[in-house]
Amino acid sequence: MDAITENLSLFGSGFLRSLGICVWAAIGSLLLGTVIATCRVAPVAPLRVFGTAWVTVIRNCPLTVVLFGFAFGLPEIGIVSDFYKFGLAALIIYTSAFVCEALRAGINSVSAGQAEAARAIGLTFTQSLSQIVLPQAFRTSIPPVGSVIIAMFKNSAVVGAFGVGGDLFSVGESLTSAQGYAALPVLTGVAVGYLMITLPAGVSLGVLERKVAIAR
Amino acid sequence: MSSANVLYDAPGPRARRLAGIGGGIATVVLLLLLGLVVKRLSDAGQLAGALWGPILNPSDESFKPVWELIAKGILATLTAAVLSIAFSMVIGGVIGVARIMLGRWSRMPIIALIELLRGLPVVITIYFASRVLPDLGVNLTGLPGGAGLWFLVIGLTAYNSVIIAEIIRAGVASLPRGQSEAALAVGLTPGASMRLVLLPQAVRVMLPALISQLVVILKDTSLAAVLGLYIELLRQGNLIALNLDNPIQILAVVAVIFILINYSLSRLATWVDQRSIRKTQSAHIEGGPAEVG
Repeated sequence: MDAITENLSLFGSGFLRSLGICVWAAIGSLLLGTVIATCRVAPVAPLRVFGTAWVTVIRNCPLTVVLFGFAFGLPEIGIVSDFYKFGLAALIIYTSAFVCEALRAGINSVSAGQAEAARAIGLTFTQSLSQIVLPQAFRTSIPPVGSVIIAMFKNSAVVGAFGVGGDLFSVGESLTSAQGYAALPVLTGVAVGYLMITLPAGVSLGVLERKVAIAR
Repeated sequence: MSSANVLYDAPGPRARRLAGIGGGIATVVLLLLLGLVVKRLSDAGQLAGALWGPILNPSDESFKPVWELIAKGILATLTAAVLSIAFSMVIGGVIGVARIMLGRWSRMPIIALIELLRGLPVVITIYFASRVLPDLGVNLTGLPGGAGLWFLVIGLTAYNSVIIAEIIRAGVASLPRGQSEAALAVGLTPGASMRLVLLPQAVRVMLPALISQLVVILKDTSLAAVLGLYIELLRQGNLIALNLDNPIQILAVVAVIFILINYSLSRLATWVDQRSIRKTQSAHIEGGPAEVG
């Protein structure tokens, strides 16, 4: 256990760095996922085609391939940046496809009768959307979007493994490879660091789910 | 447009006109973006025949070796995925059944194990296996396929067996209560009821979720390329790209192969799901084959 206690501050900064990747990627992928979901349900056919293509391609591609595409592909066409930005961008784009599908599932779960009733009592299109359909869709979307975001927290480790530097994974790598600490205690520390992100996230999602659950 | 029903009325003439105009504008914008990407690629010389030739032109001298290497990569990826899903199903089956059948207190450690492994990133479990097992004196180099393959398989199995355990639990939970009650009433032991009555039905219900999990495993085998453990499809692609200096082209091929395999598997999962609903009107797991990767 010395390996952890001696390097506690290193683990701490690695944890914060990993948490930072998670937070930025969550914000980015929620925004981008919403845009793609809007495209997928838009009344404009070309946008729907674009949204469907985006989701089909990205959901079936491993995150690592997207990541390699950014890190090795983009420099070939003159777009150069650091691994941190490439990694974050790849994670956001990859997760956006799953966020889009979760949001769309929420919209699909609202029964057509709700919108019909809204029209029948004379609500306009905007009113029906903002007062009736989207609030219900949003509440139904929370559990699946939450699981997508938790999966994204775990995927952020892939970005770390790719070598952004300074995050939990890199801390584990440098302590075991460069400084010769035994792998078991160091990697247990790394694992605990990730569990400190994913387990509370899972518990809060459970609480949130019960709060927003709709009795149907 | 079935998904849009709840959002929109059936369009009238004005709405159709607006949608038409919007569609025109969207098409132009999307084509412009596509054109921009193509221009960027061609400006950087990425559309040159020298870079695509080894992949697309059968008379190119590199064509045959490149595709042979890619085929080897596909085979390696499939080997790792099939081994992982097989082990995961056996171990996950044991964990899942244990979780259902054990008493309230004795199932606690199993629930803890499931929550623990489920909360860990797969790349960490694979890395853990590859670094800790050799330290503990576990020597896998003698196994067929090399140690790297088995570290990958162990890491993937550790994560996916608990996922499959949860799928099995959901599958058994989705069966009507009367099934286990009837099995016990005709005198089967709880074990026999699980083995003969519940699991066979649950497997039918679970099949789509299991196929979707295979997609996740297939995608996750490529984590070996990040850790440099095992030469699967993506790593093989990287090695080819190092030689031919065409990463964009090779990565495009790798991506297309992954998309083709995974898309077919997802369609298969959806088809099996629909068929089982149509055929038996049976219970099916909430959410169907939507996988989170």
